[in-house]
Amino acid sequence: MGKGIFEVLFEYWPIFLRGLAGTLEYSFIAVTLGSILGAVVAVIHLSKNKFVSFIASVYVNVLRGTPLLVQMYISYYFLPMAFPVLNKIDKIYFVMFALILNSSAYVAEIIRSGINAVDSGQTEAARSLGMTKGQTMLRIVLPQAIKNILPALGNEYIAMVKETSLAGTFMLYELMYTRTILANKYLVWQPQMIIAGIYLIVTLVLSFGVKKMEKRLSVSD
Amino acid sequence: MIDNRIPLIETVDLKKNFGKLEVLKGISEKIYKGEVVCIIGPSGGGKSTFLRCLNLLEVPTSGKVIFEGDELDEKKTDLNLHRQKIGMVFQQFNVFPHLKVIDNITIAPVKTKKYTKEQAEAKAKELLAQVGLSDKEQEYPRKLSGGQKQRLAIVRALAMEPDVMLFDEPTSALDPEMVKGVLEVIQKLAESGMTCVIVTHEMGFCRKVADRVLFIDDGVVAESGTPDELFDHPKNPRTQEFLSQVL
Repeated sequence: MGKGIFEVLFEYWPIFLRGLAGTLEYSFIAVTLGSILGAVVAVIHLSKNKFVSFIASVYVNVLRGTPLLVQMYISYYFLPMAFPVLNKIDKIYFVMFALILNSSAYVAEIIRSGINAVDSGQTEAARSLGMTKGQTMLRIVLPQAIKNILPALGNEYIAMVKETSLAGTFMLYELMYTRTILANKYLVWQPQMIIAGIYLIVTLVLSFGVKKMEKRLSVSD
Repeated sequence: MIDNRIPLIETVDLKKNFGKLEVLKGISEKIYKGEVVCIIGPSGGGKSTFLRCLNLLEVPTSGKVIFEGDELDEKKTDLNLHRQKIGMVFQQFNVFPHLKVIDNITIAPVKTKKYTKEQAEAKAKELLAQVGLSDKEQEYPRKLSGGQKQRLAIVRALAMEPDVMLFDEPTSALDPEMVKGVLEVIQKLAESGMTCVIVTHEMGFCRKVADRVLFIDDGVVAESGTPDELFDHPKNPRTQEFLSQVL
């Protein structure tokens, strides 16, 4: 059995810390950029033009209907092969690219359903007062939709914290990658348990935060 | 006073289909400045759809809606500008839950640049006083009763100083004890000379305030006339049947 869990944690804590930082950083970037892209996709999806809306729904369905790991492989190996120009770019960006795109599809659905959940009477009232489409969206619909959207975005971030574990497969320094590093020192089961523990603590803390946010949003009507 | 030289709103052979369902089958009507028109009729007959066509919340399948001389469904018409002149009150109030009472009223005048924030607030306070909601100014709508919400919705529309007010069953979603207060506000408004088009099931109220009553059934204006003509001497058998059920 060799060393115990706490012994390993005590000896190699900077490695785990660095991994955790990577995990939080990658998921934050993925969800943030994914949110911006997702908002655009959501707006396109909500378009009255059926063809335009259809394109957005294809985008969402393809990205949600295929595994993230597959998307990462395609991005990591296929993109540089298809477009040799891209070979100059650091490989890490191809993994991030897949993460961002994947997140954008989920966020697009979060935003779309958040907007749809706002009663259409609100839009009618605003438009009947002579407010423009843009003003109605910005001043009336979005402030109400945000209440549904923010907690769901928090949950997307939690999901992404776990999803980024796949990035370790491509040598990105995040939590799962510490397993690879320590395996070289003949440590296998201890790092795995530690990693599982860290993931659990992080997601529990984040879930608690999301719950608090939900409560607060429901009060400030 | 009713000024019946040129109509404020005119519809010409207005038709509206929802899919295969023909809801409006050609309505041509003229509503004049200062006139109070009540629309009655059975549910599903097209009353609300007709009203919602007047500010193009429903886009007519064919026909014209002419407001103050401009055809609303034309590309060159600035619909938003015209809607500022057409106030609307909904059955479900549709007050903005995320805004305080005062902001519910000022948001449209300020955002459409009709007034500065100071002007809009002064106007809002004046209107709130008129409907007895002065003490609710800084509250959120969830603290209001249904009747108060509807009075707020009326004031919100009035803040844009419209030339006409459309009411879509304004008391149908209210508890019975709230109805009177809201109807009083509408009646005061009608008596002040505001042009009003009111879809309603309140026959007593209709009789009291209306200059003219339209009976809309099965997508057409089956009968129209003064309240006395329509309620006391209905000519159309469909009107007679409807009135016998509701009166």
